[in-house]
Amino acid sequence: MAKKKLKIIVAKPGLDGHDRGAKLLCRIFAEAGMEVVYTGLRQTPEMIVEAALQEDADVVGLSSLSGVHNYFFPRVVSLLKEKDMADVLVVGGGIIPDEDVSSLKAAGVAEIFGPGTRTDEIVQYIEGNVAG
Amino acid sequence: MPSELARQVLDGSPRALARVITWVENDDPRAVECLEILYPHMGRAHILGLTGSPGAGKSSLTDQLTHHFRNAGKTVGIVAVDPSSPFTGGALLGDRIRMSRHAGDPGVFIRSMATRGFLGGLAQTTDNVVKAMDAAGKDVVIVETVGVGQDEIDIMRIADTICLILAPGYGDIIQSMKAGVMEIADIYVINKSDHAGADQLYTEVNSRILQDSQIRKRDREPPPVVKTVATEKRGIDDLMAAIESCRCQLKESGALLEKRRERIRQQTFQMIQFALFQLLEKELAQNGRLDRLVDAIIEKKENPYQAMREIVDEFIKVPAG
Repeated sequence: MAKKKLKIIVAKPGLDGHDRGAKLLCRIFAEAGMEVVYTGLRQTPEMIVEAALQEDADVVGLSSLSGVHNYFFPRVVSLLKEKDMADVLVVGGGIIPDEDVSSLKAAGVAEIFGPGTRTDEIVQYIEGNVAG
Repeated sequence: MPSELARQVLDGSPRALARVITWVENDDPRAVECLEILYPHMGRAHILGLTGSPGAGKSSLTDQLTHHFRNAGKTVGIVAVDPSSPFTGGALLGDRIRMSRHAGDPGVFIRSMATRGFLGGLAQTTDNVVKAMDAAGKDVVIVETVGVGQDEIDIMRIADTICLILAPGYGDIIQSMKAGVMEIADIYVINKSDHAGADQLYTEVNSRILQDSQIRKRDREPPPVVKTVATEKRGIDDLMAAIESCRCQLKESGALLEKRRERIRQQTFQMIQFALFQLLEKELAQNGRLDRLVDAIIEKKENPYQAMREIVDEFIKVPAG
């Protein structure tokens, strides 16, 4: 039996059109041996969760640079719960003010990675925290 | 429970289908249990293969075709294959981007797959993933191969109908005369047909088809050539009509049954081969026998041909008569 590969969805919720960071992270995750599904820009939480469901993803990575994280990130978490996919690890990144981090974590986002985070740190976090 | 999950697949649960596909991809023993239960429900879907060079427009055309199939009331499964890295084993699966608009439609199920080291344009397990979608009741299953060059033709072993997606700018007429991927098409699609060189490509492909009809005895109509501009939705009606006519022809001529019979023959034999291989590998690896044999072969104490004969004789007994 082949070793299970980590499958991660990288998604940009909302109308934010900047995905240089998200694309770079797609490369970083693939380089770390993961199978990375990039959904592209302008995704609704419903679209992201549907992709996670069909792809049987282990991880959903959300990127937002436009200030909509307080709505979109928790919404993705709660939709995953609704679909009985609470074991999917949700992480986020982008421009997230420090004061928002604790409420996002309380809402079920496992970790937030801001600008300047070392990419190997993100990979390690995901590998260490994904459901077995 | 695999059997419970298989039943959920038959009841139309996308979550169950997604999990069964993961098991299939991972060679999980539970996958076979599921597929056994799903087997009676396979064979209903029309399996459509889209193959062609990277960037020729396979994903965009898949999106357009899906839209049309949905308008015609058909449910669609999509298997989109992208390459795995030979260095890290990771993969960037980017085909969903072009299909975003179907994300909320319960009649569409999209699954991205990495090749995981398999070289024929598909993953080793793509075939069984398609079968799972078929059993789940999808009317059409579209298989989008990795971007192919000239010789990745495994799609032949899976699809009922193959669309070869071409785009201008890839070479002169000799390219379109070559063997391999150029010969497996049931429908030739010239995408990006608004780009320079599209008319020339159209002429070249038609000339190849004409040559084929002069050189080879074929029992069916020469394949159609359809011009499209996927991003502008041009030519999609023509492509749909060509696909439908191909499907009818396959059915009415009996060629579909013949194709599927040949496929089942190959697949069954392959499965037996694989199971035997696994048994033998386990047996030989035990107690280091294979390693000792390899040492002996390297030291020229044994030769590999005789070793092969001895092992086959030892493990496989064919009853006389």
